Amino acid sequence: MEQPASAYFMEERHDPNETHTLSILVQNEPGVLARVIGLFSGRGYNIESLTVSETESQKHVSRITIVTTGTPMVIQQIKHQLDRMIPVYRVVDMTLTGRSIERELAMVKLRGTGEHRVEALRLAEAFRARVIDATTESFVFEITGNSQKINQFIDLMRPLGLVEISRTGVAAIGRGAEGM
Amino acid sequence: MAEAIHIRAVRMGPLGPFFIAETTEPISNQTKPRRGAHPEPVMSENERHNPNQMTGAAMIVRALADHGVKHIFGYPGGAVLPIYDEIFQQDEVEHILVRHEQGAGHAAEGYARSTGKPGVVLVTSGPGATNMVTPLTDALMDSIPLVCITGQVPTHLIGNDAFQECDTVGITRPCTKHNWLVRRIEDLPKVLHEAFYVATTGRPGPVVVDVPKDVQFATGLYHPPRKSDVHISYSPRLKGDASQIRKAVALLASAKRPVIYSGGGVINSGREASKLLRELVAATGFPITSTLMGLGAYPASGANWLGMLGMHGTYEANMAMHDCDVMLCVGARFDDRITGRTDAFSPNSKKIHIDIDPSSINKNIRVDVPIIGDVGNVLGDMLQVFKAEAKKPDIKAWWGEIAKWRARNSLAYKKNDEVILPQFAIQRLFEATRGRDTYITTEVGQHQMWAAQFYGFEEPHRWMTSGGLGTMGYGLPSALGVQVAHPDSLVIDIAGDASVQMTMQEMSTAVQYELPIKIFILNNQYMGMVRQWQQLLHGNRLSHSYSEAMPDFVKMAEAYGGVGFQVFKPGDLDGAIMDMIKVKKPVLFDCRVATLENCFPMIPSGKAHNEMLLPAEANDEATAAAFAGGKALV
Repeated sequence: MEQPASAYFMEERHDPNETHTLSILVQNEPGVLARVIGLFSGRGYNIESLTVSETESQKHVSRITIVTTGTPMVIQQIKHQLDRMIPVYRVVDMTLTGRSIERELAMVKLRGTGEHRVEALRLAEAFRARVIDATTESFVFEITGNSQKINQFIDLMRPLGLVEISRTGVAAIGRGAEGM
Repeated sequence: MAEAIHIRAVRMGPLGPFFIAETTEPISNQTKPRRGAHPEPVMSENERHNPNQMTGAAMIVRALADHGVKHIFGYPGGAVLPIYDEIFQQDEVEHILVRHEQGAGHAAEGYARSTGKPGVVLVTSGPGATNMVTPLTDALMDSIPLVCITGQVPTHLIGNDAFQECDTVGITRPCTKHNWLVRRIEDLPKVLHEAFYVATTGRPGPVVVDVPKDVQFATGLYHPPRKSDVHISYSPRLKGDASQIRKAVALLASAKRPVIYSGGGVINSGREASKLLRELVAATGFPITSTLMGLGAYPASGANWLGMLGMHGTYEANMAMHDCDVMLCVGARFDDRITGRTDAFSPNSKKIHIDIDPSSINKNIRVDVPIIGDVGNVLGDMLQVFKAEAKKPDIKAWWGEIAKWRARNSLAYKKNDEVILPQFAIQRLFEATRGRDTYITTEVGQHQMWAAQFYGFEEPHRWMTSGGLGTMGYGLPSALGVQVAHPDSLVIDIAGDASVQMTMQEMSTAVQYELPIKIFILNNQYMGMVRQWQQLLHGNRLSHSYSEAMPDFVKMAEAYGGVGFQVFKPGDLDGAIMDMIKVKKPVLFDCRVATLENCFPMIPSGKAHNEMLLPAEANDEATAAAFAGGKALV
């Protein structure tokens, strides 16, 4: 690579990107989410999906699930950078454990009549999506599954009168008896 | 005294810059003297006699005293007046009034770096807090423990764009190790104690405690520091893993071409770490180099010392790093000024990395044996294992190679009888001050690199410089902080003419507190490092790197109430330096040096450690070749 006139060393990095799902247990206090997100934006890391909720209210513990991409070195950096934050209890790379389940919930609104409506209902049944709201010209489906399944469902709904989508982002948990 | 305080309190009056919502009583109706515009707290008889019952402002001052703080640096303003009122009424903690909050921050950094204790800063809301952003970032980059207390507008005004309001915790979140906004008086003692704990433990760093004015006025129950004040999620690892240490020792014992590369972490770990590092060097016989931040951990006069490494490091240090087979990195972080191009960094070595911060491991350079822990602890364990299980490897051939690199004399410069060369000035300053109880601070630029190259540091905590952030204007206030901590020592800021003007106002602080800091300015009338890069990389188009209207530093010193010196000739330098040392007042020493001198040796951009440009070879053609891309080199 041609070195431009710069005080910094320009290098290309060729390591392939990987996608990892991280589960982060944090003390639920003001600003904790801003700290986590600020770390990602400040250091130029990617967030593909982010899910946050308090999971143990008595202990004020929240669980953040982040899906991120980067080279293996960057993924390791992200984990270390998260781990050293004061309100962070634990960071677990769910992808590395290889024994985790990921789920996402989506609500999908369709508008249409006639054959499109029938076809949408038929597909929804195949995907085990539930109708949670209906009018004579619309449906709202609720679907749960991994992200690929939801993407696939949305793609199928698109020509059938898709109006809008609301997705929760990914939540993940390990298989088996052990907690994180 | 009580009388004076009373009068002062009345004069200040109840009208703060903020109105407290709870105050319903009209101001004119007030009959009894009050300390502020807040209602008298309702207290039971029992509480009234509890010595730990106090206002938030009093808690802050009490917590400082409980943490052994002797000096704080700060600047008052509306949102911290209750705290300043408490400071006025006690004498355990001495407050140093600076002229700009940035000065307070760097002074606290100098104080911390030279003592190993946390530096403490007190500033007001809004601009007070934003002016602290530079020193906080500086302290974060260089791992300096700072506790910064900021005032904030009252809680009910937060988010209202109130006068002198800013989102302090939002702004300082990325430039602190941690920060807190204290909304309830009940949380204040715990947060204050945790702040000191977080700043000083693990990898040290700056913290901010933002205290709204109503919390400063509110009354609550103080408690002294206790264990439960700290987040249970925060537990830095201090002890190194024994099996990793054993692996490291085995590598060290088998080394043919070893090098020890130490950094600021050794200084941060404490004096014991420097002692252990010296013992390890003695036990192994290995050559040692250090980063800018690590200078002084191993003495510059030591037999195994290679000099500093990196972009402006010595040839022998960089070549040893490039050609070594085992590298022991102790408390350093493979920063880009150190590694040069990472894909050509020390290609054939096994690397051991000791660091307290796991995120430093494998960040820039993949290492083979990471050891997470406090440098002092790990070095102690490592030394023990080495002494018990290994013997000094025979590395005579390696020292032979190093001697050849050394013979290249990479710090050489052409002597001149007419003009003072900056390198010569620092050598003379070093000769005049060695053996004395001296502390050196610097600004940022060429003079900083020359100071690192030519001033020999024998002890840790004697060298204060802005390494990571590269903050011009760091040196003068930092010297101030050092002098406050060491009133009888000789404190010199090796400065550049451009940097020093960024925080020059602190001369006034030095005069006020009779701090005889010596500002030794290498005045080349340029932003020297900028000019050097423009010459080497931008066709010598010296865009805005020349200071057209240089102030008369001698008159400036006198205007502040200090003493000025000006020297043009090499022959006058020694005498003037001796005179400067004798002066017991703040000094501006205007040392006029060669204007176009470049700082060598140098690793050009995109080059590896073994492609250094040496001063003897840095003629125009070689420089042009080394900086391929910079076409119109002059």
